Amino acid sequence: MVDLSINCGGIKSPNPFWLASAPPSNSAYQNCKAFEQGWGGTVWKTIGEPVMNVCNRYGSIDYNGEKIIGLNNIELISDRPIEVNLKEIAETKKLWSDRAVIVSLMVESKKEAWHDIVKRTVDTGADGIELNYGCPHGMSERGMGAAVGQVPEYCQMITEWVTEVSTIPVLVKLTPNVTNIRYPARAAKAANASGLSLINTINSIMGIDLDTMKIQPSVGGLSSHGGFAGPAVKPIALHLLSQVTSDPEINLPISGIGGISNWRDALEFILLGADSVQICTAVMHYGFRIIDDLIEGMTNWMEEKGYSSLNEIKGKAIPQIADFGNFNLLHKTVARIDQSKCIHCNLCYVACEDGAHQCIDLIPVNGHNKTQVREEDCVGCRLCAIVCPVEGCISMVRLDDAVSTKTWNELMKDFKRENKPLTWKNLAEFQKEHGIVIH
Amino acid sequence: MINSAPKLSDKEYEENFKELTPPFTKNGAVAEANRCLYCYDSPCKTACPTHIDIPGFIKKIATGNLKGSAKTILESNWIALTCAKACPVEDLCEGACVYNDKDEKPIEIGRLQRYAIDNYFASGMPKLFNSKDKNGKSVGIIGSGPAGLACGAELALLGYDVQIYEGSKIPGGLSTWGIAPYKVRQEDSLKEVELVKSLGVKIKTGIRIGESISIDELLTTYDAVFIGIGLGESSKLNIPGENLEGIVGALSFIENVKKEKWNSVNVGKRVAIIGAGNTAIDAATEAKRLGAEKVNIIYRRSEDEMPANKFEFRLAKDDGIIFHFLTSPTEFFGNHKVEKINCIKMRLGEKDKSGRRKPVAIKNSEFFIETDMVIFALGQQANLDFLNSIPDLKISNGCVIIDEKTYQTNNPKVFAGGDCINGGKETVNAAYDGKQAAHGIDNYLSNKK
Repeated sequence: MVDLSINCGGIKSPNPFWLASAPPSNSAYQNCKAFEQGWGGTVWKTIGEPVMNVCNRYGSIDYNGEKIIGLNNIELISDRPIEVNLKEIAETKKLWSDRAVIVSLMVESKKEAWHDIVKRTVDTGADGIELNYGCPHGMSERGMGAAVGQVPEYCQMITEWVTEVSTIPVLVKLTPNVTNIRYPARAAKAANASGLSLINTINSIMGIDLDTMKIQPSVGGLSSHGGFAGPAVKPIALHLLSQVTSDPEINLPISGIGGISNWRDALEFILLGADSVQICTAVMHYGFRIIDDLIEGMTNWMEEKGYSSLNEIKGKAIPQIADFGNFNLLHKTVARIDQSKCIHCNLCYVACEDGAHQCIDLIPVNGHNKTQVREEDCVGCRLCAIVCPVEGCISMVRLDDAVSTKTWNELMKDFKRENKPLTWKNLAEFQKEHGIVIH
Repeated sequence: MINSAPKLSDKEYEENFKELTPPFTKNGAVAEANRCLYCYDSPCKTACPTHIDIPGFIKKIATGNLKGSAKTILESNWIALTCAKACPVEDLCEGACVYNDKDEKPIEIGRLQRYAIDNYFASGMPKLFNSKDKNGKSVGIIGSGPAGLACGAELALLGYDVQIYEGSKIPGGLSTWGIAPYKVRQEDSLKEVELVKSLGVKIKTGIRIGESISIDELLTTYDAVFIGIGLGESSKLNIPGENLEGIVGALSFIENVKKEKWNSVNVGKRVAIIGAGNTAIDAATEAKRLGAEKVNIIYRRSEDEMPANKFEFRLAKDDGIIFHFLTSPTEFFGNHKVEKINCIKMRLGEKDKSGRRKPVAIKNSEFFIETDMVIFALGQQANLDFLNSIPDLKISNGCVIIDEKTYQTNNPKVFAGGDCINGGKETVNAAYDGKQAAHGIDNYLSNKK
């Protein structure tokens, strides 16, 4: 039996899928509907200071005919009064005791204001608090959101105001719009946060209409940077997640966010150390109903792989995160083309010829051109395998002895010991010794 | 008057003759264009008789460079809209698409080409090509079908004065008159005519060479002459009863349908088509769509030898056309008008000269097919009377003999292309011939002292 239940910094839910603090988690109506369909938790759309939204709030990147590979927004935090939200939160929690209800908060940077909102939130019976230090637009100009998350000292100070009065777990949501995400993460840790949520949206300008020259989204002819989310941001989110989870100084439970559209994405976040995952753009595109495949797909995968709980896989990929200097220079692969699968589009040829190292030949056979790798010249870059449209047609075959290793760091140590400076000539000697040919 | 099928309402005609494939929406076109792999040495381009840079024009659709896309297409093929809609793509570009090797749906190349060319016409045919300076030489073209138009357009760009003579009142040849309206409408063909005219090509309609203007006059007036006259009447079988009322040739039947005053076209309640090529299918499906209750296709060989391609065969079957394979008509019966066809069953014997197994009659297997109309679709005959009137032309098996590279006939001043040199192929072949012949003419006249 597969058990998808999780515990993220003391917040428990029957599955790892939470609605991210965003338009889909704006109201009791929406959150209850999501729970009915199976969502494990919700991070209620940020409540706090009075705000007013504008019309035209979203911009989208459509790519190659596919809609919304990236979505940005200039919507602010909840534009409904705190009282209304708190009442709905209490009612929702009463109805859904087994689901996680986390409340996202953002008020002005005053201790009293934070103490007040935290206490009132705790009184709703909510399971946790998420501190919105990431909102990159509208609120940051008023000294909130990313304006806090970008300064580790503010992050620590305000988190302390929260944790000193909160009796429920506190997650700090981090902005990616920083040079090094580990600093605000460490600050949150120092302020006794129960966990971290990352990433918030990325500063972005989505595009310009070439007919009207209007930047989207356009608010009566004006636009601004907005928060970028959706499938396109996933690699950035995974990187920042790995930065936090591979830092031994941090070691906090994590709710992963950023371009998660399906169970596969969710598993990748969990493999890099997330405890729960939060989803927004995919719901905004397709609705809450995606939860069916999220749960079923993940469950089936776990069953097939023989896992029974997410704890067994959490962080399993983290040990691979290493410095470039520790990679084995003697690891040697070459591309091999399975001729029985090749459809002769010859994209591998032109990619290698123009974009890589000119080691695929075209040989005329029976009216088409056959592609053939000159293995002795192949540098094993994998570009051809990536451009190939046929599954399993080009594979990278390992040619080294699988025993010998020499990393750059080791090589530099060797050089130092042998009193050899790092010169092209000395490097060439090492390459020659190991049969490495540079083209 | 034959026993005609009852007339349909205008709405029913429109529904029956509406386009088989609707045009792409913008989003649909972009999505399909992006599905194209942009193969490096693409087999679709090789398979296209005019060698359009297909991945090139498709990628331009993907980026929204529709004018550039149309230019890429028209650089290779002046008859781009008719070809986009009427080409047997599953035998050509789409059949060669590498997706077929992945057991996936090939790119809808024809439909994408139509998207680019529709847009080009809708945007008012912006100028795409610069013509060379006028060289003072002139070429006369006989026939304004795909071959003649393509030849004229190319020659105009090369700096020639071009005059096309068209026997019919409306130009465009078979693109205008010979393709089922649910594939290509007259207005499509006439757009192509307009494009060619916009390059400076002059077209005189209603003029048959050999009647108001003699071929000799043409040969003296112009530095070179291109023959793109296509073929003539539908062939017959030379069996008894062929002159009964209600027996027509496929071309004249289809031409009537192309006038698009459908309620004035008389079609029998029961129709029999003799032959099973693509034209036979056109005639059969058109008869059915005009309201015929029962349409039979009679073909003396089997399904395997049938010249119609798979797409056409499916279309006919979807329309409920009944196929009588290995069946040959021997005589038509009727009192003034055709009433029934005496048929005989055939079997396939030894291979004949064409490499196909020869049909042999099975004794005592005769039977009748009752019908109110017979349409001959056995291919067209060459217009030999006219061709023989041109000095020094060599003709073999009804086809004008040309040099394969230059399209020059045995008369050095005369060039030819299209159905009159190949006995009847696709529009796209004629478009290629015309264009290549233009370069043949240019070479000939440039090197002539």
